[in-house]
Formats: sequence, C-alpha cells, structure tokens
Amino acid sequence: MQYEAPDTTKAAVALLAKAKGSAYVLAGGSDLLVRMKGGFVEPDLVIDIKRIKALRDVKKTASGWSIGATAPCAELGENKALVKDWPGLVEAANLIGSKQVQGRCTIVGNLCNASPAADSVPALVAAAAKAVVAGPKGKRTIAVEQVTTGPGRTSLKKGEIIEAIQLPKRPPRSGDAYLRFIPRTEMDIAVVSAGVNLVLDASGTVKDARVALGAVAPTVVLVPDAAKALIGTKLDAAALNKLGAACSAACRPIDDKRGTIEFRTKVAAVLAKRAAKIAYTRAGGK
Amino acid sequence: MSVKVSTTVNGDKVDFVCEADETLLDVLRNRLGLTGAKEGCGTGDCGACSVTVDGRLVCSCLVLGAEVEGRKVGTIEGMANGDKLHPLQKKFIEHAALQCGICTPGFLIAAGDLLKRNPNPTEEEIRFGLAGNLCRCTGYDKIVRAVQAAAKEMRGA
Repeated sequence: MQYEAPDTTKAAVALLAKAKGSAYVLAGGSDLLVRMKGGFVEPDLVIDIKRIKALRDVKKTASGWSIGATAPCAELGENKALVKDWPGLVEAANLIGSKQVQGRCTIVGNLCNASPAADSVPALVAAAAKAVVAGPKGKRTIAVEQVTTGPGRTSLKKGEIIEAIQLPKRPPRSGDAYLRFIPRTEMDIAVVSAGVNLVLDASGTVKDARVALGAVAPTVVLVPDAAKALIGTKLDAAALNKLGAACSAACRPIDDKRGTIEFRTKVAAVLAKRAAKIAYTRAGGK
Repeated sequence: MSVKVSTTVNGDKVDFVCEADETLLDVLRNRLGLTGAKEGCGTGDCGACSVTVDGRLVCSCLVLGAEVEGRKVGTIEGMANGDKLHPLQKKFIEHAALQCGICTPGFLIAAGDLLKRNPNPTEEEIRFGLAGNLCRCTGYDKIVRAVQAAAKEMRGA
C-alpha cells in the first residue's frame, strides 16, 4: 500500500484521478481503517487529506456555514455558534461512536461511507446541506441527498472528493432536530432515524419544512409529503398524524437482526413526530 | 511502501520508519516499545488503545502511523511524572478500579481527557465520557468512583 498526504485539494484530486488500483481517501479513518482491518478493502493507495489546511475549517460564511471535510465531529460540538444555528445536525454528528471516534470521524466521511443508517446524513438532508465536490474537471456543488446512491455507493466519479459541506443561512425562527432509535443508550447504529428542520413565521406557523429518514431505505430519504403535512400548521395533532403517515409511507426498509420492516415503518413515524416537536420548540414555537 | 515519520511522543522527539498500512498502535507497541496501549478489538470499539493526538482522544488502532508526522502523541507512559503517579492513577489503585488491567491504560487516558475538558463531571457525564472504553471484568462502578475521587483531588477540593 502507498500512503500519500498531499497539501492541496488539487494534488489530492490528481493522485486519485491517475490511481491505477484501488484508491481510498482517508479523513478520520473510523470507517476505512476498520474495513482494512477486516480485510474488506485492500487499498493500493490511501490519500490522507488531513494535511490540506483549507479542508480543516468550520466557519460561518456569507451564505451560512462551511464544514471542511477533515473537521472531526468533536469539533462541531465544541463550536457554540454552530450548535446555536444547527443544534439537530450537531446532535446527529455527535452521536457517531465514542469520544475516541468523535476525535476522528467527520460528517463528510459519514456521508461518503454511504451507510443508510449514517447518523449525520438525515440531519444534513433535512438542513438542505450541499456538498462541494472537487474533481479533475473543477468544482461542482450538489445537494447532499444526491451523493449516496445505495448502501456503500456514491455518485462521486473517479478523482472526485468532497471538500466541504455547506449549510444555508439560518432565517429567524428556525430549528432542527435529529432522533434515532437504538436498543441501548449510546455507541450503536441507528435502527431508524429522523431529521426535521423547520422555519416558522412570526405567528409560529410552519413556513418551511424538510423531513428526512434514515435506515428505512437503501439511502437516507427526503420525504416531501412529510414536510407538506407540517407547512401552514402549528404542529397540531392532525398535522403530526399526517406527518407520521407520510413518513411510514416513505419507508422501504429491510428486515434484519436490528429491526423488522414493521417496526422500522412504525417507529419512523414516532421519531419524526418527536423530532418535529423538538425542532418546533427550538424555532421558538409554542 | 515504508514511510519515514518524525513526531513527538510524550514530549520526546521520535523518528521511526513504518509500513504505510501500519497502525499507530502497532508502531507504539512494536517499534517504540511503548506497550501501555493495548489491542482489544482493533476496530475502535473497546478503547484499550486510547492515546491523544494533538490533544484529541483517539483509538490508536484507527490511526495510521504515517499520519502522526509532526503531531504530538500522548500515551499512558507519559501520564506519571517520573515516580509520581497522576491523581487518576493513584485513585484507580486506591479504589481497586482494575482487575486484569488490560483496559486500564485506555480508561486512564480517556478519563484524563474527560477531566481536562470537564473538571467536575457528573456520574452520568463520566459514564457517557467513558462509553468508548470497555472493561470485561465489569469494574465500571469502581472506575467511576476512582474518576470522581481523582476529579475532586485535581480540583483541590
């Protein structure tokens, strides 16, 4: 195996683009090194992107927030201004693994690992986050939900890496939340999960909404019907029931040792309702 | 491919050569003779290999040796000041917070990181903060008591 640690994105992209055998990008390594250890991948080339200074930043920008590809999730939780703007997203990112894993894992890695149960991804999709993709032909910005195409598969082309995640600017009276079901209290993989992001008008009525579900389909799913159920309401019981029904209808889960189809379909609705209530309170709704 | 690495371990400058796919844990144990960090699972679940890299708590089994070029690595061997044990080490002994001892270096490093960030943690915060460290002798209660006692001593209370 060859190890390279370039100091620019351009150099990283060039290395990836011309790689002959199997090449992998290393950010936090909390997925890649586990897969290497298990013999599931045998990289010919590993490109460590942590020497690229520009990819380290977590910063407020004119258009919202930019979270670099190598910023560890622990750092997101320590950033008070980010927590204030995106509490749900940070909660989701901080649910990944232990403190030890938090010191390494990244949201871009969580996204690119392409697990349907990735904790930060439903929150990113609900946030309408975008991924900045750098490749041999330059940069492109795509919606986060366009990155994963199936379990372990992404739409990234040869030579492409995700440099950063962009979060939109927060309007007044907005809030987000993420909840997952696991059979224990921490250190586990979501059986079902839900991310909800709301913007309210001055009267407390939902003006804009996005709802995303995890671990109920081959990829994290955005559920427009669930968002529609909330818009124009103050989260009354009827709206929440409609939200739940839309979420259950959007589920295409599998049966496995962690949960059945029936369980996941039912709990998706429960979690979405609870997350919606939290997001509503965070947005200042009463 | 071999990689030449210059780094700092417990404040000392260290140079080593390792294989590109060799973990920091294997470098510490097999090349630098620092056998305090243990391999439990090798996949980041058990925390027995906990070290710090540039002040961040990590599992050294999930870090490549090549990655620590120019970084500052902290291991259990750097915890005591000469013969003077760190309050956490003393309290682990006093409270018998260990049986077989395999998990102990990882618990001490993780507890040290926890107290650095939060000098006065609640029991829940200690249990949550140490959730990435597994003890199969099931000594968790004694470990929590030892961390509470060390935190108290370190706060000068």
